Amino acid sequence: MKDNLLWRIAVTFASLSFVAVGGVTAALPGIHRQVVDVQGWMNDTTFANLYALAQAAPGPNVIVVGLIGWQVSRLAGLTVAMLAMVVPSSIVALIVGRVVHRHADTSWIAVAKTGLVPVTIGLILAGGVVMARAADRGILMVVITLAAAVFVLISERNPAWALAAGTIISLVAWGLGLPR
Amino acid sequence: MQSGTNPVSTPSGVAGTVTLRHLLSGFLKIGLLGFGGVAPIARHVIVEDRAWLTEEEYASVMGVGQVLPGANTINAAVMIGDRFQGMAGAIVCVISLMVMPLVIVTGLGALYQRFAALPQVQAAISGSAAAAAGLVIGAALKMARRLHPTAIAIVFGLLAFIAVGLLKVSLIPAVAVLGPLSIGAAYLGHRRER
Repeated sequence: MKDNLLWRIAVTFASLSFVAVGGVTAALPGIHRQVVDVQGWMNDTTFANLYALAQAAPGPNVIVVGLIGWQVSRLAGLTVAMLAMVVPSSIVALIVGRVVHRHADTSWIAVAKTGLVPVTIGLILAGGVVMARAADRGILMVVITLAAAVFVLISERNPAWALAAGTIISLVAWGLGLPR
Repeated sequence: MQSGTNPVSTPSGVAGTVTLRHLLSGFLKIGLLGFGGVAPIARHVIVEDRAWLTEEEYASVMGVGQVLPGANTINAAVMIGDRFQGMAGAIVCVISLMVMPLVIVTGLGALYQRFAALPQVQAAISGSAAAAAGLVIGAALKMARRLHPTAIAIVFGLLAFIAVGLLKVSLIPAVAVLGPLSIGAAYLGHRRER
């Protein structure tokens, strides 16, 4: 019943698309519950490995959903999962974006933006610190995190340079047998 | 590196000033270089490299994208694409943001099954994860610095950071409480100015 499986993938991720307020990282426990506990498509370890892989690859975190679809049903699963996750929320974003942009000059939108911007920036900073805590196991990793933050803060160069440097430094430290 | 495709120094998000090809190449770049989440590289490309939006416009698009359901960066891509090139722009932005990462991640999936246990692979992954965290922190601090926040804005930014980053409050209640309070404070400040 392959069609039935694809239909379940579509329904599962379309529902998640509507409740995933605050992005994919925030929705991860909900995705895990559906994929592992409710649908039984994979076990805990596979789920954790797929997430780590999506983190190591470039691109938005939401591609983990495509990878889950791939694991369940290859290319058809990837396509259906990705579309189901992205299309419903994108339609909402399109409509809200137009309303906000059309009324950008009216004072209530301006006030709402003035209020939301600092909260957004605080949340981005929080995301960085949560990522740092997960990644930073030793002194060298903490130094790499701080150096990358300073690089972005004082330089206009592409942030990917800091990423390449961090990767190489960590590899060299491993090669020399230094503590990381 | 293809830089300054839009020579306007004060971007205002006028429809049509950024073509579909510009959006395609910009979002392909964001997708390909966005390791550990695309927010830092997206800000770099959209605000600094291509100058499509000002710091403030970018922060408010991200803010709206964060409050709406779905992936934040996809929501932002939809709104930015639509602003310059309508529905076609939105579709081009989302597809060009995701297509290469999806190809790469499925390829990595096959490699990972074979090489995950190698210590050099572990070392490389932990180094890039540590740097990726630093990029996010740096991008947030840079946005904060450039927007010249008022004292009350700094307070709400810090409260959001402390609640979610340090106290591990989940995102929905944090936004549901701090969002309206911060908007209320902005409203009071706005009224006092007049």
